[in-house]
Amino acid sequence: MSILDRKIEDTELNRATASLTPDRIEQVINSVLQGETGARLKAYSETCMRCGMCAQACHYCISHDMEPSYSPVGKVEQTMGLILRKHGRLTPDEVYGMAQLAYTECNLCRRCVHYCPIGVDTGYIISTVRRICHKLGVTPMYIQDTAHSHSGTMNQMWVKEDEWVDSLMWQEDEARDEFPGLRIPMDVEGADILYSVIAPEPKFRTQLIYQAAAILNHVGADWTMPSTPGWDNSDMCMFTGDFEMMGRLKRCHFEAAQKLKVRRIVMGECGHAFRSVYDVGNRWLGWKNHPVPVVHSVEYFWELFNEGKIRLTRQFEEPVTIHDPCNIIRGRGLMDKLREVTRHLCKEVVEMSPNREHNFCCAAGGGVINCGPPFKSVRLEGNRIKADQLRDTGVKVVVAPCHNCHGGLEDIIHHYQLGIHTKFLGDLIYELMEKPEPE
Amino acid sequence: MNTFYNFVTGPLAWASFAIFIGGSIYRIWSMIQLAKQKEAAFISYMSLPHALRSILRWLTPFATLGWKENPALTTATFLFHACLFTLVLFTPAHEVLWDYAFGISFPALPQTASDVLTLIVIGACCFFVHRRLTNAQVRYVSTGKDWLALGIATAPFVTGFLASQQFGNGQIMTLLHVLSGEAMLIAIPFTRLSHALFQPLTRAYIASEFGAVRHVQDW
Ligand code: SF4
Ligand code: SF4
Repeated sequence: MSILDRKIEDTELNRATASLTPDRIEQVINSVLQGETGARLKAYSETCMRCGMCAQACHYCISHDMEPSYSPVGKVEQTMGLILRKHGRLTPDEVYGMAQLAYTECNLCRRCVHYCPIGVDTGYIISTVRRICHKLGVTPMYIQDTAHSHSGTMNQMWVKEDEWVDSLMWQEDEARDEFPGLRIPMDVEGADILYSVIAPEPKFRTQLIYQAAAILNHVGADWTMPSTPGWDNSDMCMFTGDFEMMGRLKRCHFEAAQKLKVRRIVMGECGHAFRSVYDVGNRWLGWKNHPVPVVHSVEYFWELFNEGKIRLTRQFEEPVTIHDPCNIIRGRGLMDKLREVTRHLCKEVVEMSPNREHNFCCAAGGGVINCGPPFKSVRLEGNRIKADQLRDTGVKVVVAPCHNCHGGLEDIIHHYQLGIHTKFLGDLIYELMEKPEPE
Repeated sequence: MNTFYNFVTGPLAWASFAIFIGGSIYRIWSMIQLAKQKEAAFISYMSLPHALRSILRWLTPFATLGWKENPALTTATFLFHACLFTLVLFTPAHEVLWDYAFGISFPALPQTASDVLTLIVIGACCFFVHRRLTNAQVRYVSTGKDWLALGIATAPFVTGFLASQQFGNGQIMTLLHVLSGEAMLIAIPFTRLSHALFQPLTRAYIASEFGAVRHVQDW
């Protein structure tokens, strides 16, 4: 089987590939290969032993009964392998297939690295394929819309500047009923913490901003949010391969923090945004690390619990399981802290297997969920293994501190009728912490 | 015949050693140059302790997830490589050559042990061939280059075994053995066998990323 045997119609992929010619394709591909790739790609493509050990690592491959075209090395063969064999002279149809595969059949989760004796980083190879697709102008419609939004508004969801400020004021207003005196401080210079979120929070999940404000208020944090662009830490451009825009986004995010002279940035419960600030965007900008310290909220909550700042009224009674988000676990080693925080909050934790850095991805990450409805079944069918894993725990609540994971897991839970609820750590803290008596 | 034999074991042997060593140095050097030129930023993340930790881990049979989940392949791979190195160094006939060419002498393996090890290598190669033909994921990605690498790696052992068993014309077998050994040496820097050169580098790089930047293990 090949990717073209499971072609899915996408308006934008159709439109973009229709205008391509083999000459143009060849020229663009070679400009990326010569200009942007180097020793890593060369070593990987030459030394991969085609041993197939990585096949057992990938949730897509496992969930499709080990169909070889879904294995990591099989996917590389159909994309970068094809490019190298044909010296970049692909047909528009082949480019379509390559884009569909790279954007929707690999989560860049890097699980396969754990299985490869050579240390081939399939995530890097597929990212490079996406970079080529971006340069060819061939990206799936929905994710391209978010990339356009980033360049138009500096956030992922077309949130206008006044709408952002409005949402914050609205949440502050609502929360003051429950927590008199609560503020969502905007543009406070010299605050300890700049709290940043992804744009889907003000757009669809405004209650998460409410909860974060409640928690930060509860612990007496000295915090602020920027009223200007830079408040959104998300980065779909990293996933479309639009690295120029990714650089602008990261710069804008850090500049917002630098202008306010905050001591550090605390990021909401999202994984990909975290990957973008310490692993990808920063390097594109030439920074070895990030110019302002950044912590993910898992780590921040862990600090708060250790300092005894969060006062709980009780623990969560029902047994829960933990989903390890690739970008903060395999990407940042937060597995122990995630467990400690969850144990503070919950009476009983039933581990999934495998877990921690060997976890299976939610199949939403890497921009796959952002490719939208045409490709939804790719995620659902490609992650049957996650449904099995969740079902095997026998519990009805899963803690997942990442927005993408939430989206992905909820779809899987619904599709496979698992009857499980997903929770952010923030949901649990908000639910269980001491609150003022209603007046 | 004798002149040809002398040529193959004399100048040609030296030439293949020279190509092997020179080629390997050149390949590693040019790969590092390329990395410096195009990916200097990534070199700055390299971390020796993490690199060594990961390389040792992957050199231990069944220590990593990849090895654990592929027990048959793991056994074959480790036996193949371990026996290969032992044979290259300690086969009685090679020991004589080491002494003759470089004046180094060390105890050699008894002939039967060396025969057994050779059979193990051949068995592992048969397993690799079988797996490449029957395992769907491997067959899907196998190309001419993979078969070539496997063929080149197998030939010296088959011919070496036949030669030690005095199969057919002993001299011709020995000749074939020497020629295929030389082919293997020359092929290492320039075919997929170059994993011998680059695997430590790719491993070191990914280990540094995983260990030093992302604070997790890469196994
Ligand atoms: S989805 Fe994950 S395991 Fe599968 S190929 Fe991509 S990075 Fe590897
Ligand atoms: S495990 Fe590594 S070497 Fe083997 S096929 Fe996969 S990527 Fe290639």
